[in-house]
This record gives sequence, C-alpha cells and structure tokens, in this order.
Amino acid sequence: MNILLLFIIIPILTIIGILFSKGQKQTRLIAAIGMGFQLIAAGVLIYLFLAERSAGNTAEMLFNSNWVWYESLNIRFNIGVDGISVAMIGLTSIVIFAGIFASWEVDDLPREFFTSLILLSSGVFGFFISLDLFTMFLFYEIAVIPMYLLIGIWGSGPREYSAMKLTLMLMGGSALIVPGLLGLYFYSNPAGGPLTFDILEIAKVNIPIEAQRLFFPMLFVGFGVLGALFPFHTWSPDGHASAPTAVSMLHAGVLMKLGGYGCFRVAVFLLPEAAHEMAWIFLILTTISVIYGALGAIWQKDLKYINAYSSVSHCGLVLFAILMFNETAMNGAIMQMISHGIMTALFFALIGMIYGRTHTRYIDEMGGLMKVIPFLGVAYVIGGLASLGLPGFSGFVAEMTIFVGAFQHADTFHRVATIIAASSIVATAVYILRVVGILLLGKINNEHYEHLTDAKWYEKLSTGVLIFGITAIGLAPLWLSDMINNGLGPIIKKLMMAGPIN
Amino acid sequence: MLIMRHELLLVLIAVILLVVEIFLPADRKHRIILPAILMFAAATVIGFLPGPTGTLFGGMYSTSAFTVLLKNILTTGVLIVLIQSVDWLKKPQHKEKISEYFLLIIATLIGMEYMISSGDFLMFYIGLELATIPIAALAAYERFEEKSAEAGVKLIFISALSSGILLYGLSMIYGTTGTLYFSEVVNGIDGSPLQILAFIFFFAGMAFKISLVPFHLWTADVYEGAPVNVTSYLSVISKGAAVFIFTIILYTVFAKIALMWRDVIYVIAILTMTLGNLFAIRQRNLKRFLAFSSIAQAGFILLGIIGQSQLGMTTVVYFVLVYIFSNLGAFGVVAIISNRTGKETIDDYDGLYRTNPKLSLTMMLALFSLAGIPPVAGFFGKFFLFTAAAKEGLYILVLIAVLNTIISLYYYLLVVKAMFLNRSDQPIAYFKSDAYSRLGLVLCIAGIVIVGFASPIYEMILRLSFGIY
Repeated sequence: MNILLLFIIIPILTIIGILFSKGQKQTRLIAAIGMGFQLIAAGVLIYLFLAERSAGNTAEMLFNSNWVWYESLNIRFNIGVDGISVAMIGLTSIVIFAGIFASWEVDDLPREFFTSLILLSSGVFGFFISLDLFTMFLFYEIAVIPMYLLIGIWGSGPREYSAMKLTLMLMGGSALIVPGLLGLYFYSNPAGGPLTFDILEIAKVNIPIEAQRLFFPMLFVGFGVLGALFPFHTWSPDGHASAPTAVSMLHAGVLMKLGGYGCFRVAVFLLPEAAHEMAWIFLILTTISVIYGALGAIWQKDLKYINAYSSVSHCGLVLFAILMFNETAMNGAIMQMISHGIMTALFFALIGMIYGRTHTRYIDEMGGLMKVIPFLGVAYVIGGLASLGLPGFSGFVAEMTIFVGAFQHADTFHRVATIIAASSIVATAVYILRVVGILLLGKINNEHYEHLTDAKWYEKLSTGVLIFGITAIGLAPLWLSDMINNGLGPIIKKLMMAGPIN
Repeated sequence: MLIMRHELLLVLIAVILLVVEIFLPADRKHRIILPAILMFAAATVIGFLPGPTGTLFGGMYSTSAFTVLLKNILTTGVLIVLIQSVDWLKKPQHKEKISEYFLLIIATLIGMEYMISSGDFLMFYIGLELATIPIAALAAYERFEEKSAEAGVKLIFISALSSGILLYGLSMIYGTTGTLYFSEVVNGIDGSPLQILAFIFFFAGMAFKISLVPFHLWTADVYEGAPVNVTSYLSVISKGAAVFIFTIILYTVFAKIALMWRDVIYVIAILTMTLGNLFAIRQRNLKRFLAFSSIAQAGFILLGIIGQSQLGMTTVVYFVLVYIFSNLGAFGVVAIISNRTGKETIDDYDGLYRTNPKLSLTMMLALFSLAGIPPVAGFFGKFFLFTAAAKEGLYILVLIAVLNTIISLYYYLLVVKAMFLNRSDQPIAYFKSDAYSRLGLVLCIAGIVIVGFASPIYEMILRLSFGIY
C-alpha cells in the first residue's frame, strides 16, 4: 500500500473512532492517538523520502500511485509527493498534533469539534498529496467548509459574522479557481488526445499565451485569497480573532499555506509565460500585503488581531518570494511557509492559553505575566524572536533566503519592492517587542493574575512540539532546504523556458 | 407490450388502487398506503430490469436505453416522495383521499414517461398535459387551507397559459414543416423567421414548466401554498422531467438552429441563477426559500444544456439525478418538521442541532449538496455542468455561475447557521420521526453520498446518452 494513503485513512479512522466515543475524555484521547499516529506517519514519510532520494531516485514525484476515477473525463486519483509537499505534510502533522492538545479543554460538543478539526486536516493532507487538479480542488474545498462550523460554534466575539465572512471570501477564491482549472483542462492536450487534470502532464504542454493571460490571474488571485493577498486579506484578521485556539493555529499555520502552495504549484508552474508578464501587478500587491500587515499589527491591541495581521504580512512575504521566480527566493518562500506555519501556530496556542487564564486578550489589561506563568512567557518570547527573524530560529533562515533571492534582481522595480518588503522586519520587531514588553514584563497590574497557574502537561506538550520545530529548522536548515530545492527543480526549469530569470 | 412496460405497469397500479379503493370501508382507507408503496417499489425495481427497446405507433412512441434510464431516475425519485409523504397522509383530515394522492401522482408520472418517450410533438403535448393538470389538484390537496387552494388555482392558470403558448409554437412548427414527427421536423428546420417565433413560443412554454426567469413568478407562491410533499414533487420530479424532454428536443429537433438558442440560453441562465439566488436570500419561509433555490438550480442546469454535446446531455442528467436526492433530502426534513410542529420558517430551526441532531445533519448534507460542496454529490454535479459549459469556451459564463454558487452558499449557510450556531429559548423539541420518513431520508443520504463517489453511474449515463446527440 502506498504510504501516502495513510494520510487519508488515519483521519477517517480517527473520525470513525470519535463518532463511537463517549464524553470529552474519550473523544480527545482518540483524537490525540489518531493525530499522534499521523505525526509518526509524517516522520516515517520524511525518512523514507530522504532515503529514496539519497538512493538516487530522481523521479519528479515519489510514492506515486494513479487510479482512474471518472474514466471518460480522465479524472484520476493521482497521488505523489516531492520535497515541497513532504515538507508541507510534516508541517501539517505537527500543527494538528499540537492543535489537539491546545484544545484539550473543549467541553461544548467535543465530538463535533474534533470531527470537524480532523476533517479539515484530512482535506489539507489530501490537497498536498494530490497531483490531479480535480482531486486537489476537491480536498481544498473540504478543508475550507468545516471552518464555518468550527468558528461559528466554538468561536468567540462576533463569531457568526467572522465565520460567514471567512467562508464566503474563501469560496469566492475558489470561484475564481474553477474556471481556471477548467481552462487548464481544456488546453491540456492541444494535439487532440484525451484531456487531463494531471499537473505533471499539463506542465509538459505549452498553453497559448492568450489563454494564459486569462487563466493566470484567476488562479493566482483565487489561491491568493487563501494566502491573504492584499486586498483580499480581510477575512483573515476577523476569522483568526474569532476562531477557537486550535482552529486559528490550523488556519494560520496550514490552511493559509494552501494558498501559497496552490499559487506556485498551479498558477506559476503551469502558466509560466503569463506569470512572467503579470508578476509586476501581483508583486505590488504582495509588497503592500507585507508592509500593511506589519504596520496593521502595530496598531492592534488584541493579541489575536496582532498575530492575524502579522500572518498577513508573513504570508504576503511567501507570495512575494514566489513571484521573484528564482531558486533562492522560491526556496525561501517554502521555508517561510513552514517556518511561519509552526511559529504562528505557537503564537495562537499561547494566546489561547493566556486567554484561558486572564480572560482577556487586550494587551493593555495585562502585565508582568512572566512572573506568574514563566513557561508560557518564555515560549512567547521564543516565538516572538523567531517571528522577527533572530538567527538560530526558523524565521531568520526563511526571510534571509527570500531577501537574498529577491535582491538578485538588478532592476529598480524589484529592488524597491524588496527594500520596502524588507523594512517590514523593523515593523515586526516593533510589534513583537512591544507586546513582550507590555504583556510579560513590568509590574503585575491586576491582583487576580498573581494566582495564575503555569502550563499544564498538555499545554507544555503542545508548545514544546512547536518550539522544537522552530529551533530544528533554525539550527539545521540544510536538510529542509535541500529537500525543497529538490522539488523546486522542475518548476524553475519550466519558468526558465518561459522567460529570463535571475 | 414490453416496450411500454413502464407506463403499463403504472396504469396497472393505478387501476388496482382505484378498484381497491371502492371496496375499502371508510375507516380503513389508510390501509392502502403500504400496499400502494410496495407495488410502486416493485414497479421501480422492475423498471431497472433489462427489456426490449423500439418504437410504437409508427414512431410516435419510442423507447431506448436512454429513455429507460430517465424513467428509472424519475420513478426512483417518486418512490422517495411517496415514502416521505406517508407520515403526512396519515393525518386524520386526509383519511378519505389517501388513494387519490397516489392516483394523481402516478397519473402525472405516466404523463412524464410518455413525454420522455414521445417521438412527435402531439405525444409530447399529451404527456405534458397529463403531467401538469393532476399536479394542480395535488397542490390544492388540503383544500380547506386557503393557501393550498390558491396554489392549486394559480398552478392551473399558469399551466393553461404556458401550454397555450407552447401549443401555439407547435402549430407554427407544423405549419412550416408540415409534420409533427421529431425525425421529420429536424429536416424541415431552416431558421426561417416563423420557425424562430415558433421556437420562442416553445421555449417560453417550457420555461414556465422549468420555472426559468422571467417565467418563474408563479413558483414561490405555489411552492409555499402546496403541501410540503407536493412541493417537493413539483420542484424535483416535475422539473426534472421537463428538463429532460426540453434538453432532448433542443438537442435533436432544434439542433440546426443551435447557434440561435445558445445565446438565448446564455442570457436566461445568467438571469435565472442570479435572480433566483438574490430572491432566495430574502426568504424566511423554508418552502419559499427552497422554491427560489430551485429556480437558481434550474439556471445551473442551463449551463449543461448550453454545452450542446454528449457531455452536456450527460451532465444535465447526472445533475438532475443528484438534484433529486439533494432536494428531496432537504424537503424531507422540512416536511417532517412541518408535520410534527407546523413550523416552517428558518428562525424556527434555531438550535435544532441540539435537540434533533440527526435531522440537522441530514439537512446540512442536503444543503451542502445543493450548494455544491464536496465530498457530497452536488459538488460533482455542479463541477461537471461547468465542465460542459467550459468545453464550449464559455469561461465567463462559468465564472458568473461559480460566483452564483457563492451567493447560494450564503443562504444555505443561513439555514446551517440557524440549526448549528444559533441558540433558541424555544427550540423544536426532540421527537422521533416515523419509520417511513427515516427510510426516505436514509435513501436520500445514500444517494447524496454514493452518486458522487461512484463514477460508474456517471459513465453509464454517458454511455446511454450517446444516441441522443
């Protein structure tokens, strides 16, 4: 059996287990066991993948299996992974595992909560292993819809508004994706043979430039909505702020990466000429995303909003780097996805835990928490330092790579864009340090806070896993960047055929 | 004989019911329900058995593997409708007219089957009339309810009007081509002005039946007034049959002037989807809500029709199949709750999940299927319709359609929101629905889940629709 099938089967088995469970304790135990297996499977997958590669297997996609589904339309269930998807699968497994423990205390309809959460993760896994655009899109939508219930039922604040806004905007994105995918399908075989949704097959075809000009913006914006592309990012702050902890983690950590992944795997990879032509438009938009997100975060007082805006900034950086069309920057883009995924999940987990103790998310109302909850405080500082790109953590590796890659473009336009985007690092430092200063240091400004208890075992486990991820990438980035480079090869080659790249 | 087996079986059942009805004492009328359903189920199963195909009456009536498939789809849908109506039929005020309900439904079904099998416009028209007039009686079934009676009258007027228009168009076709047989009319179609006028009349007449914008105005009132089960019959089976024959005639008889009707359908599709969706947003009564949503769904079906190819035919039939299960699922839930509590507005559904989780989940699945959300079948149905339109290069139309699905998702989510998110002081209390209703819903869910994943169903429709285009 193909090991990739495990990533569909384990969530389904876990959901079935949850349906038969009784009470909160059993439910969360089953969810934790299931996602634990998932994490192990991801570890095994990474190991097998690296072993296969070092044994000299140079096929573009490993662990490939291909079953016919709808024969006449040539829709296939075609799965396989390259280095990039393996890295994304690893990220997803870590975040969902940590997410289960971060929502250990959910007591309102726990069965429904964990079912939706795991259903969402299965959509994400399916998206990353699919090589067929149809199933890829199917899993994409599966990942988006449980969001509505998760935010709507277990969320806080204006949850109904946020849930509806988020769902409709993301579905609006997929509204653009559908004609784009159909366009790719009907141009996939100019010779007149059977049409196909297979990404690798479509990549071999040269789609006429007029068609590319029509479909590239649809696909890039469509996926870009999920990647919080300016001006379609407005779902993100509201959605993240209203969502329950684990959902914010999974959403900012993984789901937003679906957008970036789709942008380069589908839009840029399959329509390279149009990508070259139109990159400048989207480069301007992503630059705005980067700087706007960072500046927005400075103004916010709600911890979740701060982190949501910072996610807009960081994810904007991902799209920004993808549009640079060179190996270094794109490598950085993938690194940034992984790094930001873990980092932001850590932030949201910690915010959830702090909120659970202080019952407020406004930084003005808190202070001196480091003295009472040192574990969470230190974890927050670690996340913050990673976010502002301190060497030794994952953020530094990713952002450094991106900006080095971006600066390889010698023309003024790219240089200016890069400089503006790079200046967001300063803004990031401002909002991170400001939060750390107000929230953790100084005097305790509320006597209730003196009796707060520090992290429980499950909270420590949740944050520990994520911190391990951040430092592992920060200290030993090479295995990851090698893995990514491996997968980037064909994409870069395709881009080179379409036009000059730096 | 066997060529007409579907219709003859139904006639047989109708006659049996009629005779039994006479001999049943007044206090035992309800005993007819179970045998009637069993007989109908047997007829449904027999319909799936292989049988001869061919033409009768010199080409007026013809059966092919494809028409058998269409009839089977409709019969299956009707079976579910019948099962779902049992709970409602058992109400004391309906005691005396239970068998009428079955008779009327079976009569309309016979009409639809003749319509699908018709080989000339005369047969088509007779089938169409047989399929519409009894429905008006059904809509007025609860005749002491003002709204139900009103619905019946409205439906009969609208049917008469649209049939008149249609007939006028058919007479022009006869005038210009000198024949009513489909196979001969095809050769006579040359796109002369009179024929185009005839086509417009034909189109308008059918558009009334399928309730396309701007011929949709009757829909919401009739759907709201009629009993829930009749509404679901009207919106699913009746519409499905009309869509089938409409597509077949467009593809065969009017194939030569396809360039002309393509633009018409293009515009009507956009209007139907958009207006249907925008009106649905404002509705609070679930029957009106589903009425407008079904108008919007008809607009999506036009996307498949515009494909004008074997792919188009297949996707239309496939979508109608999916639509039957999804809409019957949604109507099934509405019917159960309406029968038990009399509540029919979206606000009444607040907090339903916490009291009746299974009903809520069924409703959610059905609505997601209508909205086209994976992994349920509606996603596949919609996606394939879009594929058919994209094949013609109509990417802008596809984009408009997909944006419309977002609007539709909004109002479907409003119901989901009421059931799952909202809390209510007086939620609908827990109740246990009867075995028939549950069986009906289980069938719907099975359909919603299986039809999408089981690609052989799609492939079978594709194979059989080969002869049509």
